[in-house]
Amino acid sequence: MLQLRSVGMQFGAVEALHSVDLDLAPGEVAGLMGDNGAGKSTLLKIVAGNFAPTSGEVRLDERAVELTPLSAREHGIEAVYQDLALCDNLSAAANVFLGRELSRRLLGVLPVLDHAAMRRRSAELFDELGSDTRPDDLVRRMSGGQRQAVAIARARLSSPRLMLLDEPTAAISVRQIAEVLELIRGLRERGVCVLLISHRMSDVFAVADRVVVLRRGRKVADKATTDSSPEEVTALITGAIEAA
Amino acid sequence: MLTVAALAGVMSLVSAPFASADNIFNISRNFAFIGLVALGQTAVIATGGIDLSVGSVMGLSGIVTGLVLGSGQPLVLAAAAGLGCAFLCGLTNGALVGYLRLSPFVVTLGMLSVARSLALVVSNNKMIHDFGPDERVVLALGGGRFLGLANPVWLLLVAALCAAAWFRYSRLARHVLAVGGNENSTRLAGVPVARVKLTVYVLSSLLAGVSAILMIGWLGAVTNALGQGYELRVIASAVIGGANLMGGEGGAFGAVAGAALIELIRNSLLLLGVDPYWQGAFVGGSIIVAMLVERVRRGSRTAG
Repeated sequence: MLQLRSVGMQFGAVEALHSVDLDLAPGEVAGLMGDNGAGKSTLLKIVAGNFAPTSGEVRLDERAVELTPLSAREHGIEAVYQDLALCDNLSAAANVFLGRELSRRLLGVLPVLDHAAMRRRSAELFDELGSDTRPDDLVRRMSGGQRQAVAIARARLSSPRLMLLDEPTAAISVRQIAEVLELIRGLRERGVCVLLISHRMSDVFAVADRVVVLRRGRKVADKATTDSSPEEVTALITGAIEAA
Repeated sequence: MLTVAALAGVMSLVSAPFASADNIFNISRNFAFIGLVALGQTAVIATGGIDLSVGSVMGLSGIVTGLVLGSGQPLVLAAAAGLGCAFLCGLTNGALVGYLRLSPFVVTLGMLSVARSLALVVSNNKMIHDFGPDERVVLALGGGRFLGLANPVWLLLVAALCAAAWFRYSRLARHVLAVGGNENSTRLAGVPVARVKLTVYVLSSLLAGVSAILMIGWLGAVTNALGQGYELRVIASAVIGGANLMGGEGGAFGAVAGAALIELIRNSLLLLGVDPYWQGAFVGGSIIVAMLVERVRRGSRTAG
């Protein structure tokens, strides 16, 4: 469903990505790996519509698209960022619905926020995720795992076709990591495509069908996880092996 | 709110004239002008910004309204001209802060100077007290009373109720708080951050314009010094009312309570016979105290 064709990204003199090709099929989980500065986050932000690539093109269902954060969402692409991109001063429900608030019409005309509906729907989403997060709690007072649940619930809201997960297991407990991995498997079963950025080799090999490795802005490997090994990927990341 | 009630209680005990109907009427009218502008300021501060230009925008709007009235035009046209100037000031502030991402402090400090200077230019530094054929309407609007309360107080009450509903129920206000909480994530969520900022600066300026039009009706004349130094009292009202200068917090009733408290402090000092030269120290000091109280409150919260 998603194809990147010779995508490059230049920040001034710095080339963050160099001619990267990538194909993702529906229901596929791809693990994107690479060292710090290899271009993982840049790639994710291009797919999420936050950056426009300086060269190459992004194609969705065989059609070239120019993505903005809003249009990416309309195409069914949702991103969960490493810093979780939450507003600490707002409630869990407000964060889940940020930018997509539900409203009802007062007396048939005046649009007002429908707090009850947003609370109810977020509670359902947290339930599905098996999280104890309460919709009215302020994010400021939440644990790392609860924040993760809020961020994932937000992304789940629109039943996306493609979910971009940036280090979803970086800041949470071991038990919660298992929950997040379970969630990723659940997404795949429902035909949702997942691009998983992770430093944790074990996570990628536990849930991903494919592993894609970036090094210094170039794609150096793209193969089924069953054909690779954590050792090979480590070598690719560090540059001990040039490409595979 | 509690502080306002407590101070009012104490003052009515120690000073006989304090609780007189006339004094209460005066206090409420005086803070209505400030409170109105503080509502807009609260929205600006909630985005993590600040609008230092409100006092000067009041001056410019007041002068322009007065001039157009004086040239024989009806109030509707004059008010439209005054509010139009306020709108343009707000639009400029908002565009520079929102779209060009300049620092709100610097942009609105510049506008503070620009708008005040324009008021001088168009008025040629003259006082305007001839409000033309609609003079009586203007005077009644800003200086009159209805059911025992000054008209500006009624307007403040209505505006505060609207603002409170706005903060709770509008999508825009939700985005205002979100921008103040985490601008980047709000942008990532697809919220048009620049437009949100533009809107709050325009609102802030427009409320300053409305306040100025009422004020010239109350004063019966307008000079280009109208609203001079008001930015401090407006910002103080918003901050004392719980608006967080870091953004992300603020409410309508807080702004009104803050304005009431400042006016109460000023009034109390006068009645207690304190030299008026001390007023600045007390008003300024109360902002700092409000910040300290907020810090202590927040400190104990995050420690837990």
